[in-house]
Amino acid sequence: MTDCLLQVEHLVKHFPIKGGLFGNTQYVRAVDDVSLDVRRGETLGLVGETGCGKSTLARCIIRLENPTSGKVVFDGNDITSKSDTELRPYRRRLQMVFQDPYSSLNPRRRVGSIIGDPFEIHGVASGAERKRRVQDLMHLVGLNPEHYNRFPAQFSGGQRQRIGIARAIALRPDLLICDEPVSALDVSIRAQILNLLGDLQKELGLTTVFISHDLSVVRHVSDRIAVMYLGKVVEIASARELFKHARHPYTRALLSAIPIPNPDLDAAREQIVLSGDPPSPIEPPAGCRFHPRCPRAEAKCAAEEPALTTRLADAAQHLAACHFPVKDGESVALAGKLS
Amino acid sequence: MNESIRARGPWRLAFERIRGDRWAIVAATGIVFTILVALFAPWIAAVVEHAPEAQFRETGLSPSGIPVGPNREFLFGTDGLGRDILVRIAYGARVSLLVGVLASGLAVAVGALVGIIAAWFGGIIDTILSRLMDVVLSLPFLVFALALVAVVGPSLTISIVVIAFFSWASVGRVVRAQALSIREHEFVRAARSLGAGSLRIMFVEILPNVAATLIVYATLLIPSSIAFEATMSFLGLGVVPPTPSWGNMLADSIAFYKVAWWFVVFPGAALLGTTLAFNILGDSVRDAFDPRHDQTIVLDTETGGKS
Repeated sequence: MTDCLLQVEHLVKHFPIKGGLFGNTQYVRAVDDVSLDVRRGETLGLVGETGCGKSTLARCIIRLENPTSGKVVFDGNDITSKSDTELRPYRRRLQMVFQDPYSSLNPRRRVGSIIGDPFEIHGVASGAERKRRVQDLMHLVGLNPEHYNRFPAQFSGGQRQRIGIARAIALRPDLLICDEPVSALDVSIRAQILNLLGDLQKELGLTTVFISHDLSVVRHVSDRIAVMYLGKVVEIASARELFKHARHPYTRALLSAIPIPNPDLDAAREQIVLSGDPPSPIEPPAGCRFHPRCPRAEAKCAAEEPALTTRLADAAQHLAACHFPVKDGESVALAGKLS
Repeated sequence: MNESIRARGPWRLAFERIRGDRWAIVAATGIVFTILVALFAPWIAAVVEHAPEAQFRETGLSPSGIPVGPNREFLFGTDGLGRDILVRIAYGARVSLLVGVLASGLAVAVGALVGIIAAWFGGIIDTILSRLMDVVLSLPFLVFALALVAVVGPSLTISIVVIAFFSWASVGRVVRAQALSIREHEFVRAARSLGAGSLRIMFVEILPNVAATLIVYATLLIPSSIAFEATMSFLGLGVVPPTPSWGNMLADSIAFYKVAWWFVVFPGAALLGTTLAFNILGDSVRDAFDPRHDQTIVLDTETGGKS
């Protein structure tokens, strides 16, 4: 596939946690064998519960963390083991919008110099030219360019996130990773930021990876959606396909948690309430990682890990990792297994 | 933006809080006065027509060789060699302030550098630098100063170096602890993802966030450096006589304390007053930068009252 901008191949990130004096080191399996493709120009949504490894995956892609194993291929180049110096040219093309607009901006620096950082670090522009380009960017993301000399504390959460976005798009990156860009914002501000991201994507021809724990937000912006559970991708499909024909019981459960404003429709649909918490990523369950909470789980699920492949004669792009995929119109809880 | 509300930066806030602190103003006035005295020491000497090292055997000593008390010619009296104590205190202020400012500045600079480096690089570098700070903090300073001065000989430069050497470690520890928490903020990650190098992150991202601490430490280190210098001069390890310094004046006065109270009281008061003023100002600066009473927006009404 030549139109792939980013390929993640069997990416693994384990964080060691030291035991006691004689304890053996254990590992948090934050990301465990994830493979993804991001095509040029598309938006890939990445959804999952808090702690399922979405952010770790993003940090591995932009090499803020070094992956334990696996490969990250960006535009045909393997950037997994490049040194900081070798990475510099890729940093310009691979940018990230961070989750928390309150901690992602240095409180002691002026907004103009924060947004101007990319130009300075990569020696693109300086002096008056830099100021002009920063003010263009501020205008582009909907900030008043006259606020160039203000400090981050003088802006609201939504405005701060605009500053973060301006900084990320300053060098016209090819790939923009948005790590829960709206989850720290008021609901009323979310739509503004999402629309801004959508507009910028069209205007600048960005490819985006959009991370969120909120399926309804992801649906709004994504072409394709990947669902993660406990460090693994359990289902990936186009946004339309995923919402219509979700195969994995976990995806179904997430979909059923999206509120529907119409109470009649809301009452009519199947509510899947998962019991318990996600298991510890230190000792994930054997077989399918979802089986302890899955209403469809059978003996096979605990013994054998399902592969991420096409199920039930779906389109080739629709992959799910489940031994007992949910058919269209079928209830997630199997008739004979209601207990 | 509403005209009656304006946001104020952290520095401005701190400055306004200091301005509202009466004791800080008194202390600052005292410090300014000391600085003026030091600056105009030659002028004072010219007005009273007494050079700091000149000995007035006829007018400055009684027939039995005892220092004379405060009178019209010698406002603060004379010392054991018939020298004008007023002029010597003024010249001593130069030494004290010079040592105080240079030594604490040097200590804060070194401490900030070491603390930030230890926190940012972590691992083995952090371990080595942290243990080094522990070692410095556990050295007995007088023994060390005695040994060093015995080897290289006393001088003003050596005093400054020794004082800075014994002061930087406490700054380094505090800066390291702060930098450790700052490096976990997302803006540091953002800088890394933009391709910023270690130097840039340490000095552009982390340093401005520890600047307030550095200011506080610098102000609080000045009085301790002054006292430190006086101690060294008192023991004959600092400023070499006949150059006046408050420490060596106090040392000389020991022999006369029963007959010449002015010889002890005036240099002692100068030392006490200056260190006290710097300490009060330092406390006020620390309070001003304390984030616990942070008001970033204040109503700027006609009455000028703070909200």
